[in-house]
Amino acid sequence: MNRYPVWKYAIILVVLLVSVLFTLPNFFGEAPSVQVSSAKSTIKVDSATQVKIEEALKTAGLTPDGVTFDGKSIKALFKDTDTQLKAKDAIQKSLVPDATAPNYVVALNLVRRSPAWLSALGAAPMYLGLDLRGGVHFMLQVDMAAALTKKTESLTGDIRSALREKNARHGGVSRSGSSIEIRFRDQETLAAAKRVLADQFPELATIDAPEGAEYKLTANIKPEAALKIQDQALKQNIVTLHNRINELGVAEPVIQQQGLDRIVVQLPGVQDTAKAKDILGRTATLELRMVDESAEGQAAETNSGSVPFGSERFLERSGRPVIVKKQVILTGENLTDAQAGIDSQTQGATVNLSLDAKGSRIFADVTKENINKRMAIILFEKGKGEVVTAPVIRSEINGGRVQISGSMNTSEANDTALLLRAGSLAAPMEIIEESSIGPSLGKDNIDKGFNSVTWGFLVIVGFMCVYYMMFGVFSTLSLGLNLLMLVAVLSMLQATLTLPGIAAMALALGMAIDSNVLINERVREELRGGASPQAAISAGFDRAWATILDSNITTLIVGVALLAFGSGAVRGFAVVHSLGILTSMFSAVFFSRGLVNLWYGRKKKLKSVAIGTIWQPEADVATESSNVAVKNK
Amino acid sequence: MEFFKIRKDIPFMRHALIFNAVSLLTFVLAVFFLFSRGLHLSVEFTGGTVMEVSYSQPADLEKLRNKVTSLGFTDVQVQNFGTARDVMIRLPAQKGVSSAQQSDKVMAALKADSADANLRRTNFVGPSVGEELVVDGLKALAFVVIGIMIYLAIRFEWKYAVAAIIANLHDVVIILGFFAFFQWEFSLAVLAAVLAVLGYSVNESVVIFDRIRENFKRFRKMSTEEIIDNAITSTISRTIITHGCTQIMVLSMLLFGGQTLFYFALALTIGILFGIYSSVFVAAAIAMWLGIKREDLIKVAPVAKKPGDPTDENDGAVV
Repeated sequence: MNRYPVWKYAIILVVLLVSVLFTLPNFFGEAPSVQVSSAKSTIKVDSATQVKIEEALKTAGLTPDGVTFDGKSIKALFKDTDTQLKAKDAIQKSLVPDATAPNYVVALNLVRRSPAWLSALGAAPMYLGLDLRGGVHFMLQVDMAAALTKKTESLTGDIRSALREKNARHGGVSRSGSSIEIRFRDQETLAAAKRVLADQFPELATIDAPEGAEYKLTANIKPEAALKIQDQALKQNIVTLHNRINELGVAEPVIQQQGLDRIVVQLPGVQDTAKAKDILGRTATLELRMVDESAEGQAAETNSGSVPFGSERFLERSGRPVIVKKQVILTGENLTDAQAGIDSQTQGATVNLSLDAKGSRIFADVTKENINKRMAIILFEKGKGEVVTAPVIRSEINGGRVQISGSMNTSEANDTALLLRAGSLAAPMEIIEESSIGPSLGKDNIDKGFNSVTWGFLVIVGFMCVYYMMFGVFSTLSLGLNLLMLVAVLSMLQATLTLPGIAAMALALGMAIDSNVLINERVREELRGGASPQAAISAGFDRAWATILDSNITTLIVGVALLAFGSGAVRGFAVVHSLGILTSMFSAVFFSRGLVNLWYGRKKKLKSVAIGTIWQPEADVATESSNVAVKNK
Repeated sequence: MEFFKIRKDIPFMRHALIFNAVSLLTFVLAVFFLFSRGLHLSVEFTGGTVMEVSYSQPADLEKLRNKVTSLGFTDVQVQNFGTARDVMIRLPAQKGVSSAQQSDKVMAALKADSADANLRRTNFVGPSVGEELVVDGLKALAFVVIGIMIYLAIRFEWKYAVAAIIANLHDVVIILGFFAFFQWEFSLAVLAAVLAVLGYSVNESVVIFDRIRENFKRFRKMSTEEIIDNAITSTISRTIITHGCTQIMVLSMLLFGGQTLFYFALALTIGILFGIYSSVFVAAAIAMWLGIKREDLIKVAPVAKKPGDPTDENDGAVV
């Protein structure tokens, strides 16, 4: 009766094998490496860069353990941190000759050392949370109301020009809170305007009402459109943050959306919170200025004269100097969008800008007065300006829709559009949570977490083996498998291991032993009741199962509650806690039964099982009577 | 080896009144301390900034406190943390002041004072996040309580659900009482521990209730009181061994887990100790006073346990 069919053993074997495979990568640790990525969207990292890096390392007399290119960045692996630091200097010298205008970001990083065949199987180690490896964590709240206001503002301008285009004479377009109010003298214009709005602004919902002698049309952004705007604002902010963080040269930064209006940023290994905050909070600004086309200005541009008073010298991306007037026409605040596009006539690549109402007005005036002159768009980052593009104004531009065309290809147009967008956040953000953990504390935390699991495990195992003998050994093995499976599942899910996660692992083991105790006590009870060893094993496992299920469900309820309502560290705890309960059901019931069956199941005339003392009340009444002082009534 | 050589059922229920009086007293004390002293909530809940700074020499707290206060922060807490060389500084959330700069400002001042100040960890939480966590924490607690009650009501009967939840919530209140009395820091991790304890000690009650139901079927002539006594006695071995094992793990966390896990492990330790007490003595007694009967369970009970020998009252059965 205590036999498993072959397929059950096969399942156990497969689970064991898979668990070992997926747990393995966690033991290889990480190799120090130097990571090279592009600092600018116009510079690409490719195999030519890889050759350059290899040469730089050769001249420095350093041999990397390997140089890999993953499409975005190049990583060179080294034996120890000493060589890593030397290599970083060598690469930095060769790739970034001018530290003030870096084309590449050279950063220290850690790369998994697990062998290629494991990675090929998809087995990767767990991520270590910031509390285990050190770094900074930020939670940013995006001000969605501001994003909507900004959009409403730009729509107000758009409506005004659309109505003008269609000759619908309105009595004023104004923004009031999150809605746009348009006044009309008569009903016909109101109807005409409503048609225009329905036609050109599908994202708006309108209500009209007579107000005195006039008619008022109130337009609001539809809820689904508002959601889209908020989503876009969040996405754009994430893109902007990515660009900024790239400058920090952080390896594997985490920039994630959390909920509807929050962004989590985690920068492993970064110690300087002040600098990180500075970069995250920085508003890269965009300025539109006129190019100084005076004789002095042109002379200065060809490096044959000094920069005239009232002008400044900036470099273009290509390195060509441009002399620009100090007077600012527009800033990035007035820019609502920038997209790459294709000109319908010339088929050339273009960059299309949208300006808000105020921006459009100023832009129309300026372009009217400066036809055939050049205008520069300057991006200020790190307090340093760079001319993104300096196109010639061909005609007066009304309506706030600007097209920049000329000698550029599609990829350049894309890069320019990205840079223009990167200049501004779609909505302001605020840091609402911040934490930093030093690297030494991270290391301490790993050791402490590891120690507590190890010592707790050893003491429990020791006790179980002494108290339950052979069945204690079975319990130990199944507890070991539980730990193995838990680590394997967490690695498979690529979960982030934190200190609370390790605590949950320890607690899960402490609670999982409950199932084994229940089974062992039941088997003892059956034996005490006079059952044959084989029958006792069978009945013990079967009867304990109902209780195990019951008690695990209540624990799971807690796990689910913590998962649903917890955040951050508590979620990490909840995931490990819940998974630990599920794996314990397999290991403590199915696996340990398999072990028992394998050990005892084949013996037909089993006389006794090693499960420790089976105490019989009748057997030692004489010696044990003093133990029971309380009588039953 | 066998620790539990109990020949006759221990008459726990005869002393139920005493056990419950003890419980009630601890409970009232816990509530009293909760209200008089309040919980020492961590910055996660209150909002504010926590910094952990380590020095190479034991730090002079009074000097540090004056230094930080002189920067214009009010209600600053400066205390040792782990060793005399580690200092924890807590700054309350300030309206209008950009949070992010607080820690930089303090750190710059400390560095100016003594160059070996080393920032180990900072944690800043905005006030709105704190409120959100309190709300979420309460929601989680409500979810657990309701979830467990529904489960027990289905699996057993409402009387058992009520008894178990009263007994186990009383554990939670006692843990909170300890945290209030000693002014230990109540953090998010401690909340997780408290909820884990709630689930864990309900296990205990479930095991005992399971046995009570089984006994109702097996020993038709026994009174409810005797049935409960027998159920508790026959499960006591498993209860103690299981709790002992879990306690070993938790103790190991308490000893080796360091400062970060300390209060988490401490909450679990208290919870597990009181968990045994409440499920063994309190839950069963409340269920008895609520008037559990054989008829309540027999019609529901879908248990697959076959009845043993009905005459063997001293059957030292252990779950």
